[in-house]
Amino acid sequence: MTLDTYYLGIDVGSVSTNLVVIDTNDKIIEKLYLKTSGQPIKVLCEGLKLLGDHLGRNVNICGVGATGSGRQLAAVITGADIIKNEITAHAVAAQRIVPDVRTILEIGGQDSKIIFLKNGIICDFAMNTVCAAGTGSFLDRQAARLGIPIEEFGGYALRSKSPVRIAGRCAVFAESDMIHKQQAGHSLEDIICGLCEGLVRNYLNNLAKGKDISEPVMFQGGVAANVGIVAAFKKALQKDIIIPKYYDVMGAYGAALIAKQKTKEKTQKNSTKFRGFKSAEDNYEAKSIECNGCSNMCEVVEISSNGNAIARWGDRCGKWAFSI
Amino acid sequence: MKVTFPHMGNLYICIKVLMEELGIDYVIPPFTSKRTLEIGTRHVPECACLPLKITTGNLIEAYQVGADTVLMAGGCGPCRFGYYCEMYREILKDLNYNMNVITLEPPNGNMVKLLQRIKNLLGGFNLYKILKAIKNTTQVAIEVDEVECLASKIRPRELEKGDVDKIYKKFQKDVIAAKGIEQIKKLIRDAKNNLLKVKTDEKANPLKIGIVGEIYTTIDYYTNFDIQSKLGAIGVETHRYVTISDWITEHIVKNALRLPRNLSYAHAAKPYLGKMIGGHARETIGNTILYAQQGYDGVIQIYPFTCMPEIVAESILPAVERDFDIPVLTLIIDEMTGEAGYFTRIEAFVDLLHRRKEKGTVDFRYILSGD
Repeated sequence: MTLDTYYLGIDVGSVSTNLVVIDTNDKIIEKLYLKTSGQPIKVLCEGLKLLGDHLGRNVNICGVGATGSGRQLAAVITGADIIKNEITAHAVAAQRIVPDVRTILEIGGQDSKIIFLKNGIICDFAMNTVCAAGTGSFLDRQAARLGIPIEEFGGYALRSKSPVRIAGRCAVFAESDMIHKQQAGHSLEDIICGLCEGLVRNYLNNLAKGKDISEPVMFQGGVAANVGIVAAFKKALQKDIIIPKYYDVMGAYGAALIAKQKTKEKTQKNSTKFRGFKSAEDNYEAKSIECNGCSNMCEVVEISSNGNAIARWGDRCGKWAFSI
Repeated sequence: MKVTFPHMGNLYICIKVLMEELGIDYVIPPFTSKRTLEIGTRHVPECACLPLKITTGNLIEAYQVGADTVLMAGGCGPCRFGYYCEMYREILKDLNYNMNVITLEPPNGNMVKLLQRIKNLLGGFNLYKILKAIKNTTQVAIEVDEVECLASKIRPRELEKGDVDKIYKKFQKDVIAAKGIEQIKKLIRDAKNNLLKVKTDEKANPLKIGIVGEIYTTIDYYTNFDIQSKLGAIGVETHRYVTISDWITEHIVKNALRLPRNLSYAHAAKPYLGKMIGGHARETIGNTILYAQQGYDGVIQIYPFTCMPEIVAESILPAVERDFDIPVLTLIIDEMTGEAGYFTRIEAFVDLLHRRKEKGTVDFRYILSGD
């Protein structure tokens, strides 16, 4: 019996941990979107277990890619073949869906990016630098404060007749501005719509910085689910915005695509370093060590599995990282 | 009297030579560390720029190991640097640290006052001794920068990863214990020879990135997360025009002697920024253009949060980027020590440059680089 060939992509972000399994035709056959909840290791293991159960243990994973801010961690636990930054991963995924995409707007939990492509390659990108205003977490928080489920947040914005102006530059200022407008008696709809517009304004000023946003424009990341933000983007850009079907797991999809391409390049088959779905059953522990070897006093992170150290990073000199 | 000074990359080597040549007792502050940053951020106003925080931390740490006098260059430009000495003075006074701060302004103002300060410092005035010390310091600064430049060149080509860093870091450490200019010069020569002996990949054709930006954040390896070494480790050759020796020769020596200065960067920057606006804004723009003209693959601008001249430069750079077709990445450094975020950006930038370079030579249905 020949097994089907699949590739796994993992995106460990600050808010969500996503896993995607694709087949040889780049089709997504499994997708998981889990909340990281500050416990990336636990959530990742749960995700792997779920996938393993669903696909059956004998499935043939030929390559694994890891991305996101927790990519190193994910790579150590699963034995990934490639570790790529989020920017490249998102661009690869977007390009697979719309080959001639020119601009990618991506808003995640803690960061937002804009990626420009020209002739099929990334020609410029920007990532939020000094403030997390305008990212998913901030919207989450405001929704919770107003007592509205985040899923309905965007709907309120669409019902607004005359949006108020909310400062979008800083999360704290935006919040106090909102509270002030609330006290002044504006409707919830108008305030939420104003907030969406403020955030989009901030995003465009902070990241796009007057650069040319040419079509096709694609919008991905968790916040793409928010119809209020999408409408605000359409209004600000006066352009059509494409939202891919799997907008929330595009990073993981990109990682899987990269893993597929990389492992294909290798001549030997089955050269993947993937440790199998079983790896989810091991115990993982992370601890931090303050190294006093020199004045840098690096904070070294050590990941151990069942009591054995399997990876260390964070030291400037390599004394710890290379000792495994 | 025990003189100390703030750290800035390899500056301590040059000042060590200067102090020894002039026969002044000195203390080198402990190398910048997390502790330095902590002390600095505790005592410096929150809105001040990062270099002031770190250097104040340096001075306090030096005080704790016995220094009682601070020697610091002053700035006359429109940048906040001109205010550093006053800030040191007030902060140290508030802490009840009995430290004397001596400002050495570039001598385009009151020459007599400067000479008086130097006389007080030296307890006399021996012109021959001073000139010889300046000459030797300048020479060492140039040679140290050559070592640094060589390391940046060899690092991306080394066969055994980490060889260059081992030699370079050992050199930086050994210099502290060295006595006298002859020993220091020998260490420099040894470091150079050892670097040249590192086994390299002859066929390597690394990406080339120019580093521009505010002088302190580009030179000080603690502050910029040792970016040149990091880029070298992932196979990128780096170059930086703004160096300590350049600062000494161009801004201090040539300025004092009224010699013509090398202003090729100012010439290059002219269509975009015709005036000196303080800090290194004109260098940032001019050098970016020079790098583009020399066929560099990309440029990274580094500056501390709230640095006015660099903010101006940053807003001009997109035009340079477009006109000269060279990608620029801007990194803004503050007291945040989470390197991962910076490295994500650097990695993505290097991916982008790889892909640009490969353009035309491979089929690019994917935006991947060929690493």
